[in-house]
Amino acid sequence: MEIIVLLKQVPATESLITVAGDGTSIKTDDLKWVINPYDEFAVEEALKIKKAHGGTVTILSAGSDKAVDAIRTALAMGADKGILINDPLVMDCDALGVARILSAAIQSNPFDLIIAGMRAVDDDNYQVAPAVAEFLKIPHISMVIKEDISDGKIICQRTVEGGTITVEAGFPVLFTTQRGLNEPRYASLPGIMKAKKKPLEKKSLADIGLSPAELGKPKITILSMSPPPERKAGKMIEGEDAVEMAKKLVKALKDEAKVL
Amino acid sequence: MAQKVLAITEQINGVFRKVTYEAVSEGKRIADSLGTKLTVLVIGSEIEKTAEELCEYGADKILVADAPSLKEFLVDRYTQVAAGVIENEQPSVVIAGASSIGKDLMARLAARISAPLAMDCLDIKVDGDLIKAIRPMYGGKILAEVSLEGTPKMLGIRPNAMRIDKLSGEGVIEKCQANFEEGDLKSVDKSLETGMVELTEADIIVAGGRGMGGPDYSLLEELADLTGGAVGASRSAVDEGWRPQSDQIGQTGKTVSPNLYIACGISGAIQHLAGMSSSKVIVAINKDAEAPIFSKADYGIVGDLFDIVPAVIKEIRSVKE
Ligand SMILES: Cc1cc2nc3c(=O)[nH]c(=O)nc-3n(C[C@H](O)[C@H](O)[C@H](O)COP(=O)(O)OP(=O)(O)OC[C@H]3O[C@@H](n4cnc5c(N)ncnc54)[C@H](O)[C@@H]3O)c2cc1C
Ligand SMILES: Nc1ncnc2c1ncn2[C@@H]1O[C@H](COP(=O)(O)O)[C@@H](O)[C@H]1O
Repeated sequence: MEIIVLLKQVPATESLITVAGDGTSIKTDDLKWVINPYDEFAVEEALKIKKAHGGTVTILSAGSDKAVDAIRTALAMGADKGILINDPLVMDCDALGVARILSAAIQSNPFDLIIAGMRAVDDDNYQVAPAVAEFLKIPHISMVIKEDISDGKIICQRTVEGGTITVEAGFPVLFTTQRGLNEPRYASLPGIMKAKKKPLEKKSLADIGLSPAELGKPKITILSMSPPPERKAGKMIEGEDAVEMAKKLVKALKDEAKVL
Repeated sequence: MAQKVLAITEQINGVFRKVTYEAVSEGKRIADSLGTKLTVLVIGSEIEKTAEELCEYGADKILVADAPSLKEFLVDRYTQVAAGVIENEQPSVVIAGASSIGKDLMARLAARISAPLAMDCLDIKVDGDLIKAIRPMYGGKILAEVSLEGTPKMLGIRPNAMRIDKLSGEGVIEKCQANFEEGDLKSVDKSLETGMVELTEADIIVAGGRGMGGPDYSLLEELADLTGGAVGASRSAVDEGWRPQSDQIGQTGKTVSPNLYIACGISGAIQHLAGMSSSKVIVAINKDAEAPIFSKADYGIVGDLFDIVPAVIKEIRSVKE
């Protein structure tokens, strides 16, 4: 089973995110960068599938040079090799652009299975993975919490509002991860040592045979960014006992806030 | 140029999702701003009766793609049907609810037709020919205003963010030729809880965290039932195995914006706040007066939730009588 994991490096979720001076991007100076949590599930699942069915796990990322750290972490978890598309044009892409780049990079690699996150917790587009599948003309299944591969087929349980649906596909196929799929392993010390020697290629758009014209211009432009309206501490409800505080709260919710 | 707004609906077992009404209503408002008509697409099996209902939400034309093999949502078939309709109708705007299924379909469709897509829009502005959308990024820590270039402009709207308007439209129902091949995906099984209020659509959410001390959430369920709300959880409660993953609210869980959010025994970590700070009114019940959640709450009560919540339930009951 040749498995490709689409992996993005994102700011750690505990980060305070603030808007940069240009008003259309975020301040990146003090951020800690990590593997997108959903892509960590993807790496873990790929390693499990490799263990059961053999094959190799390739990490594919588009980003700046610092994304090497995220790829190395995935290699330390146990993936076999990494590819980073670090062309400067990557940084200007919207979701469709990124998907074009990733699918162009995949085209020259034989694969059976692609695993991606259902969303990257920075852009929150929920879009790149289905678009990659579309450009590669393969089926995709989103938000998977359980998969089972046998007899040349994959059966995936995916989440929808209020429950799950189970879908079957043949190979090649792409699926995206949802929380609940697995608990990602930590990179072990020997794993970290080994990762240093694993192949990690950097490629430009020219290397993957994609011209700027084929890539096209972004169709989504960020005009401005702002923090959401600041929430202020409101009223502390005090009282002799629970009963009194409950009375005050219910009254406030009914008469003042009008939400009950 | 054909100006037209197309709203893609979502139904499960013949019932539209709440976000579908929101998408149709917002679609109508956009159509009005553009001075054009609203077409609505309904995909499924034996859904013509269901489709009629949308006449009351301002639809000028309702296209029904009805076939037995469209009964269950399968993204490959649905994408073909929707792409075919877009080809025929040539809308300038396509709108749908950004539910799990809506997101899936919109993403694949946008790639198929090479169209700009803004996901999870909280607000949409029409400015001449320009369409701008406000959408959250970084799990809600940032709001971005984006413009869409290309046709059609695709908008996935965040559940619970937009108003539903009952309006009359011309409401002509047409069967549409649903041309599709069955594709590679097969539906195997479906398991849905019925009668439950979906978190992302709920007006009131009662959420519990590690302070619940265990898997017994009956107290919060009682309060949710009483108020017609839904129960949610922090990641700690989910990690403990007390609540299902689908209840998790936060940056790596669901983003919710109910009218009322009651946080019980939740400290207010940044990842949790990212998922709920757009709620209209936040109540925090926590025994630690220093808990960060209080700095975001409209109403705070310092106390043991096992004392406060029962008292609140009792009070609501007595007020209701
Ligand atoms: C990558 C990543 C992603 C994450 N994503 C999310 C996410 O999506 N959602 C999320 O919620 N978290 C997320 N987290 C976790 C987050 O950082 C916090 O750990 C978590 O939100 C804490 O949950 P909690 O408030 O329930 O627990 P705690 O922080 O342990 O707080 C429990 C609170 O309960 C109070 N309490 C205890 N007993 C009582 C009582 N009897 N009555 C009243 N109050 C009581 C305590 O005073 C305390 O304030 C993420 C973390 C990481 C690293
Ligand atoms: N720059 C990137 N490099 C590699 N994979 C990516 C990149 N951007 C997005 N992805 C993949 O697509 C998923 C969804 O991202 P998004 O559509 O941006 O929410 C992520 O979880 C990754 O698996």
